[in-house]
Amino acid sequence: MTRKLLAALASWLYAALLFGFIFLPVVVLVLFSFQDGRLPVPPFNGFSLRWYEAVFADGKLMAALLHSFLVATVSSLVACLFGFLAAYALARYRLPGSALQRGLLIAPMTVSYLIIALGLLTVLNALGVGLSLWTVGIGHVVINLPLCFALIYSSMGAHHVNIERAARDLGAGEVKVMLLVTAPMLLPSLLAAFFLSVTFSWDEFIIAFLLSRFDVTLPVEIWSLLRSGLNPKTNAIGSLVFLVSVSVLMVLELWLFRRTRKS
Amino acid sequence: MTAPVSIINATKTFVGFTALDNVCLDIAAGEFIVLLGPSGCGKTTLLSILGGFLSPTSGRVMIGGKDMTHVAPAKRPTTTMFQDYALFPHMRLKDNVGFGLRMRGVARAARDERAKALLDLVGLKESAEKKPHELSGGQRQRVALARALAVDPDVLLLDEPLGALDLQLRRQMQDELKAIQKRVGTTFVHVTHDQEEAMAIADRIAVMNRGRVEDFGPPAEIYMRPRSLFSAGFLGETNFLPGVVEALDAATAKVVTAIGDLVLPRRNFTAAEPDPGQQVTLCIRPEHFRRAGEAVRPLTPLGQARIADAAFFGTHYRCHLKPAAAGDPAGDLTIMAHMPPSAMVADGQDIVLAVNAEDVVALPTPAGRA
Ligand SMILES: Nc1ncnc2c1ncn2[C@@H]1O[C@H](COP(=O)(O)OP(=O)(O)OP(=O)(O)O)[C@@H](O)[C@H]1O
Ligand SMILES: [Mg+2]
Repeated sequence: MTRKLLAALASWLYAALLFGFIFLPVVVLVLFSFQDGRLPVPPFNGFSLRWYEAVFADGKLMAALLHSFLVATVSSLVACLFGFLAAYALARYRLPGSALQRGLLIAPMTVSYLIIALGLLTVLNALGVGLSLWTVGIGHVVINLPLCFALIYSSMGAHHVNIERAARDLGAGEVKVMLLVTAPMLLPSLLAAFFLSVTFSWDEFIIAFLLSRFDVTLPVEIWSLLRSGLNPKTNAIGSLVFLVSVSVLMVLELWLFRRTRKS
Repeated sequence: MTAPVSIINATKTFVGFTALDNVCLDIAAGEFIVLLGPSGCGKTTLLSILGGFLSPTSGRVMIGGKDMTHVAPAKRPTTTMFQDYALFPHMRLKDNVGFGLRMRGVARAARDERAKALLDLVGLKESAEKKPHELSGGQRQRVALARALAVDPDVLLLDEPLGALDLQLRRQMQDELKAIQKRVGTTFVHVTHDQEEAMAIADRIAVMNRGRVEDFGPPAEIYMRPRSLFSAGFLGETNFLPGVVEALDAATAKVVTAIGDLVLPRRNFTAAEPDPGQQVTLCIRPEHFRRAGEAVRPLTPLGQARIADAAFFGTHYRCHLKPAAAGDPAGDLTIMAHMPPSAMVADGQDIVLAVNAEDVVALPTPAGRA
């Protein structure tokens, strides 16, 4: 009896420690974004929304927010498009060295963001391309393309082949088959790939930092804020970033993954 | 619309494997053709060559008098109904059925109207707004048929469309399929390995084996006068009885077998003219055996046989018999015969078998099977 109780207690304690370890930083971050005082450190002086006001009043932060949004959506769209085309080609046609090509497409996943950023920086310099949000976007396409490709390729089952054949048989050309039949059938994985890319791009720092100059994305802007010391304002913007990421993931989980499980 | 189809010397080889071997078929416009054969005999391959999904290694395909051998599926006057139906899962039924018309640039209102008419034809008018996953297997099959017919093809290709259905639904759908084909008049080429289905719907059956068409004709002809041993054995049950051609005259040939001699009309040698001394195999359907003195038509007696076992099937007794012929070289010869249900049949009973020579078909025995 006591042993059972002890075991139950131990497992609860373990779970509490585990979740505490994972979520405590976030909780602290969010909590002290409401701090009524100058420093985001204990003790908690009282509840206030002034730091959120400060965030929304800060033009540079708001611009960075917009930049992040643009880079995330555009780069994710491009990564999804390229990933889809590559997956379609490799799943439906016999190409020379297709196993090797698949490997090459997924390989960037194993390379660290720092290396990718340095490589791109060198290449862009050599080509004389100036740094901008576009170059950040290119970097994000590079890191998200393997993910999009892998997700979409794995959902392109052989059971779709006959359906595409049927479309061709009824008079559809290659482009129409892709647009009207293949892509809609793969919609769940296309959306999953897109939203995952968005969250990765949204949070990404190193590439965004090394490949941008005047216009920067939110993580880079937050970093420069941090250099001037801790401040509940950084907590507030961090909480907002976190909120966006969580919302996107919730949409994915609740709506998309449920739907794919059903069908 | 409808069109004739000719397959001329079509051969298809995959790496080191001949899936189709010099196939020739002439199909008239508006015919219901069934390709019948065991698994792996090349039915799907032949259908894919007709539909344009495969190119023959050699040979030609003519549809409506035009050479279509290397024309893409979209440009052929054919549509295919796939074994797994291949409906577009994300489209409503009316959009599935209207897809072909959409590709032909037909306006929305017109194609919806046509889709509704076709869904009506297959008895699914009420479900036009549903998606495929809301349907049963039989209903999906009907949608696939409606979709294939919506573009008014000259030739409809059906790859085992009834394969996934249970027996009862299958019998019902095959009647509907036949009725619809009669109404629209399109040439149907239908693949199956169910011989009963083939007999029920076909105008003509092409019996396929190992990439070859072994026999091609109306069901009754294939059953009564098969032109190959394979087709005799594949369509219904049959007894194979080895024999030797002994004497010939203008109209008949005498064949000597272990259980008796038979004088057959020469036209019953369906594959090749008889030669004296030639090894032949006689094909006798179980229902063609009679007891001596039983029928009105002249019978040739085939000696005594003992009933090894008998089972009652309602319309007949199905009996295995051991012929008692002296000097039987094939000591293990067993004959299967159907006896009328009114007959007194008991295990171990001795009866005198007989057959009408008109019903017996003789085919050359292939070398190595004598
Ligand atoms: N792409 C291919 N590569 C190699 N061999 C193939 C290919 N497609 C078919 N075959 C072979 O050709 C033969 C005929 O195949 P096919 O699909 O036409 O058979 P089938 O008569 O339709 O059989 P089933 O009744 O099982 O559908 C088979 O032995 C198969 O293994
Ligand atoms: Mg097949």
